Amino acid sequence: MIDYLREIISGTWSLFVGLGITIRYFFQPVVTVQYPYQTLPMTPCFRGHIELTKDEETGETKCIVCGMCQKACPSNCITVNGEKREGVKGKVLTEYTLDFTKCSLCGLCVESCPTAAITFSKDYNLAGVRKEAYIFDLKKRLEAKN
Amino acid sequence: MSAFAKSEANETFVLNLGPQHPATHGVLRVKLTMDGEYIVEAEPVLGYIHRMHEKMGENRTWAQFLPNTGRMDYLHALAYNHGYVSVVERAAGIEVPERAEYLRVITAELNRVSSHLLWFGAFILDLGGFSPLLYAFDDREHILDLLESVTGSRLTYCYFRFGGVYNDIDDNFVPGTRAFIKRLRDRMPMYHNLVTKNIILMKRLQEVGPISAEMCRKYGATGPVCRGSGINFDVRKHEPYSIYPEMDFDVPVYDQCESMARYMVRMDEIEQSLRIIEQGLDKLPEGPVMAEKVPKIIKPAKGDYYHAVETARGSFGVRVVSDGSNTPYRLKLRSPTFSNLSLFGEACQGMLLPDALALMGSLDLVIPEIDR
Repeated sequence: MIDYLREIISGTWSLFVGLGITIRYFFQPVVTVQYPYQTLPMTPCFRGHIELTKDEETGETKCIVCGMCQKACPSNCITVNGEKREGVKGKVLTEYTLDFTKCSLCGLCVESCPTAAITFSKDYNLAGVRKEAYIFDLKKRLEAKN
Repeated sequence: MSAFAKSEANETFVLNLGPQHPATHGVLRVKLTMDGEYIVEAEPVLGYIHRMHEKMGENRTWAQFLPNTGRMDYLHALAYNHGYVSVVERAAGIEVPERAEYLRVITAELNRVSSHLLWFGAFILDLGGFSPLLYAFDDREHILDLLESVTGSRLTYCYFRFGGVYNDIDDNFVPGTRAFIKRLRDRMPMYHNLVTKNIILMKRLQEVGPISAEMCRKYGATGPVCRGSGINFDVRKHEPYSIYPEMDFDVPVYDQCESMARYMVRMDEIEQSLRIIEQGLDKLPEGPVMAEKVPKIIKPAKGDYYHAVETARGSFGVRVVSDGSNTPYRLKLRSPTFSNLSLFGEACQGMLLPDALALMGSLDLVIPEIDR
């Protein structure tokens, strides 16, 4: 009988202790951010979808069309094409397409690249309504940046 | 209880729990034969998100399977990374630098804490309490920020590589992690006051959901489920890998065999993981994070290799059979939750439905890992 009453009292007290914690936290500063009105900075290490980097000297892409990224990709979402041009050593990049619908952001392509021609972008606002919006033409993106 | 479980009319009905049900944490379906509120028989139906990870492994090169490992158990992805890279390193004979091993253990333990915090929130949510989830997510957010600054992603990590880790930590990682350990240690008494000592939680979990040690052995249950039944088994202690032998930590074991015991095991494990992280940060050596001589195309020698790691849910084992080519001949993944779920059918017989859901929550199911 005494145990029963003791349990009721200690049980009720435990509920008040919990309520006290909730009330204490109610008056503490808010920890959430009102996205999209406020955003947080991305860490430098953040792995977004890939992007072509440009050579600081020429302003052109560093890609040598070796196809290593295409081979390294587990989901076959990279298409690289190039052609021989007269007067230019090696191949010239004509197409670099990323099918982001299949990409799992693993970063194996960036690691495999011998010339550091691709890097991670910091884009994360990638909502869209059409599948075609996720086929990125990275060459065009680079040219638009220049 | 059993007096009610057998009605004279012997009238039962079938109740479908899932595949879309908040308490099943994903797409698990349980076919329940009910007698009123009591469960006569429960049959888990699996395969709703089966993605053929094992078969995928056989069709990709060794390195290309790495992102898959993070997508099986998305709550403790780094342990899965660890299991896979370890077995391939064993097969290919790659030596890992010490700093890389320390980073692997530190990040994997951080990930374990985040997994337990998420389980804690979701479990209380199953029992009907909402606010603890928000407290747990507040703490978990700090871990995700720390891990994002090192690994580059927030959930499905792919950080470990054959021979080391993907990149070195930045300057903020060590002080940030130390600050987080202090913060979580300060918050743990709050969690216990808010939740563990709460009379409603105690009444829901104590002496409810018995899983005997015998049953754990029969079904091969590992992790907090078997440690809550008095079996002292932790791969980190009993088949030590990586640098765990150098770490000083305890394996929490409770022998009450009830849902509350499994709850307490996980809460104590958070503290033990923090101890491991702290020791790892103290001892963190300087040096490279990647082995120097790692071949670009890995071709392990012919043979059969196995490696087990302790994930937040139990023992995860990878068995690879190599035929010397650049793809695995066979890749077998032993997932802990599959075994832990298997005992659910036997454990919940004659239980009230809400109690069975509390039992299911205490098993800490992650469905993508069961289905693989």
